Amino acid sequence: MAKNSKDVVQHEEVAEHDYATGLAVVSKDKLTDPGIEPHRVRMTDKSVKHEKAAALQVALLFTLSILGSIFAIWAYYVFPFDDTNASSLRINTLFLGLGISLGLFGIGIGAVHWAKTLMPDAEVSEERHLTRGTEEVRAAALEVIRLADQESGFSRRKLIRRTLYGALALFPIPAIVLFSDLGPNPKDSLRHTMWGAKKNTRLTRDPDGTPIKASDVQVGSVFHVIPEGLEKLEAPHMLNEKAKAAVLLVRLDPNDIKNDKEREWGYDGIVAYSKICTHVGCPVALYEQHTHHLLCPCHQSTFDLAEDCKVVFGPASRPLPQLKIEVDAEGYLVAPGDFAEPVGPSFWERKA
Amino acid sequence: MSNAVTAKKKGGFLAGTANYLDERVGIAGIVKEFGRKIFPDHWSFMLGEVALYSFLVLLLSGTFLTFFFNPTMAETTYDGVFGPLKGAHMSSAYASTLDISFEVRGGLLMRQVHHWSALLFVAAAGLHMLRVFFTGAFRKPREINWVVGFMLFILGMAGGFTGYSLPDDLLSGNGLRIIDGMLKGLPWIGSYTSSLLFGGEFPGNQIVPRLYSLHIMIVPALILVFLVIHLFMVVIHKHTHYSGPGKKDTNVVGYPLMPVYVAKAGGFFFIVFGVIMLTAAFVTINPVWNYGSYDPSPVSAGTQPDWYIGFLDGALRLAPTGIETTIGNATVSWNILLPMIVGVGLLGVVAVYPFVEGWITGDKREHHLLDRPRNAPTRTAIGAAGVTFYAVLWAGAGTDLIATNFKMSLNQVLTTMQILLFVAPVFAYYVTKRMCLSLQRKDREIVLHGHESGRIIRLPHGEYVEVHEQADAYQIWKLTDFKEYAPTLARPNEKGIITVRARIRSALSKIFFEDRVSPVSQTELDAAKHHGELH
Repeated sequence: MAKNSKDVVQHEEVAEHDYATGLAVVSKDKLTDPGIEPHRVRMTDKSVKHEKAAALQVALLFTLSILGSIFAIWAYYVFPFDDTNASSLRINTLFLGLGISLGLFGIGIGAVHWAKTLMPDAEVSEERHLTRGTEEVRAAALEVIRLADQESGFSRRKLIRRTLYGALALFPIPAIVLFSDLGPNPKDSLRHTMWGAKKNTRLTRDPDGTPIKASDVQVGSVFHVIPEGLEKLEAPHMLNEKAKAAVLLVRLDPNDIKNDKEREWGYDGIVAYSKICTHVGCPVALYEQHTHHLLCPCHQSTFDLAEDCKVVFGPASRPLPQLKIEVDAEGYLVAPGDFAEPVGPSFWERKA
Repeated sequence: MSNAVTAKKKGGFLAGTANYLDERVGIAGIVKEFGRKIFPDHWSFMLGEVALYSFLVLLLSGTFLTFFFNPTMAETTYDGVFGPLKGAHMSSAYASTLDISFEVRGGLLMRQVHHWSALLFVAAAGLHMLRVFFTGAFRKPREINWVVGFMLFILGMAGGFTGYSLPDDLLSGNGLRIIDGMLKGLPWIGSYTSSLLFGGEFPGNQIVPRLYSLHIMIVPALILVFLVIHLFMVVIHKHTHYSGPGKKDTNVVGYPLMPVYVAKAGGFFFIVFGVIMLTAAFVTINPVWNYGSYDPSPVSAGTQPDWYIGFLDGALRLAPTGIETTIGNATVSWNILLPMIVGVGLLGVVAVYPFVEGWITGDKREHHLLDRPRNAPTRTAIGAAGVTFYAVLWAGAGTDLIATNFKMSLNQVLTTMQILLFVAPVFAYYVTKRMCLSLQRKDREIVLHGHESGRIIRLPHGEYVEVHEQADAYQIWKLTDFKEYAPTLARPNEKGIITVRARIRSALSKIFFEDRVSPVSQTELDAAKHHGELH
């Protein structure tokens, strides 16, 4: 590496510039640097045979790349998708990817091999510039700024400067305000679910919407429940309502229920609880029959169904809200009204 | 003019092109200035390169995907070739993801290339950060570039998460549900923030197109901007190099950009691309057709986010039960806030570390020579503690999988993780620090007494000794060329007051530098040689 005169000047300044060393122990008794290790000559440097072999290897690798790319194009056409053959997708993906990989690896390994065997490998030293400008450059820069300040009167004209600050601080605010219509004020949408939309909504199976008779629910069985008519809603309301109204219905042995409210709000041991986790809203979908525990698969919050779904484990803080259920004249399970509290994750104004 | 013509005649096409470009964009000056720039060689310098190249692959594969992906949540009935979902109602986003996978030739390959390179991008950027941290490459003058790199890491996670959520499948929908729950837990603004993001109630029909514009425009544009700044600063500072013979803070030792690094780094791009392509050809990732479209009611057990989000999910899981409180009518969801504080706090510490260490050492010199991690024992120990903390959070995201795969109690696994979160980093800190100091002592031993040769000789008076072979001058230099710092006392300032700042700095300097091993000095080496000759 040719050292140009600029580099040398900069280098001297590194030594000249007096930086604080802080807590560094600057030793005067340091060993001396022996300098860059002598270059070890490679086989390709001293033997024409090896050099030629290396050159051939590089060329072969590049040729391999050419073959790989051609193979990829070939594979794209000869392995078509076949609706009747499930493995056709896999074969197409595999051979297309294999061909492209070969095309890439050939170039990559070839170039690196070229560099390592045939290009010079003697280490070269280059001087560094000190990052800060030289004193002259810094003085010149300061002068530019001073002139700009003087010519504009930026420091001198306080009124201009302060009103400018004010204007600059305020001009982005409209842009922020413009984003308000990204979403409506949630108002009390988080407090109501479809169960409260009308009286005595039937409990129906998720996802087909067929109603459930109390006699269908055996001890230990679990029903994933949606309010009647939910599956007929238009998108996106269907999912929005489902994200709040989904319920888990379980029949317990009434003697196992330890909570009076829970027994009263249920029907003959059948109880319905919100399926939306009170932690961050995942569906609490796993039921363990012999412990009466409900488990959320996202963060493992566990709720005890025999004790009004109180939290027995995991990061959730509140029990799952219970949905009061009754049986109508035809024997179908119905909910007389909405949940008594907001379902799902907590939010600041939840209790207000 | 006549010169140019001659040049063209002499050199043919290449020279002609060079001349054309120089007369229009002044390329000669650029080639002269940068063409022979020296880059040092070390495997660990390739980690950042891997990140850069994965990003390029992300741009290429992502562009392909945009031509086929339909980022709307409008409901449609699936009528594609994937049998099990035929006739199912789903969003157009999910349907077009299925079409890319099953009906566009190479579409599945490109989806998998895109996903694998995203995972690799964040992984490589993270490892690159660790390399920079443990070698002290963040010290002056590179503190700002550390922050730029930190931003790139965060943007990588943001790009990953926004992309992960686009197919609108069950798994990504549950991920968004968690985001919704976390946003709702924010004090005062929680339910509004959620409504603003989702355009009303969760899940709504806005989130996919919104994430799409973030994912294909804002995030990559920001990554590109920070990448340019990052690399521009590398040019300004020149690359750091490891200490070794002939390597100084005032030089850079390595190979020239042209031709060696053009070949090596250029070739490496193709190798990284090749590895991603090969992985994508062989290994399925994110088979969204197995999950089904998003529905807020079902969920599969053992759900996992992409690896780089794991530490945040783990933080959520490790929060203790029942820590939500109410103040008046306000609900404070500490089970959400605490994990957020932990996650953001950890990242915050990472972002400001260079400034803290710089303040403690007070060393205002430029550092271009990298530390071997053992030669900065406290920094290395802090890094190990941080990595351990992150690792426990990350493992915390897999408590259920650990429990089911190893047939352990979920409760015990979680409690263990909660304890480990506090204990393991402290343990890692002390073990690492002691290891570093021991390695430094071993280095001293090698410098002063050489290597054990395995040759035992008997001295005339009957004593057996093992012959030590002296290390060569190059190795001795490598083992002794490092910076040593000593702790400082809190000293009164010019007003005669010992400020709190001074006290803190003194205390921290003690933690950092009280236990230390000095590099071997010339006098010590001479004395050891003299002693050796007496044998």
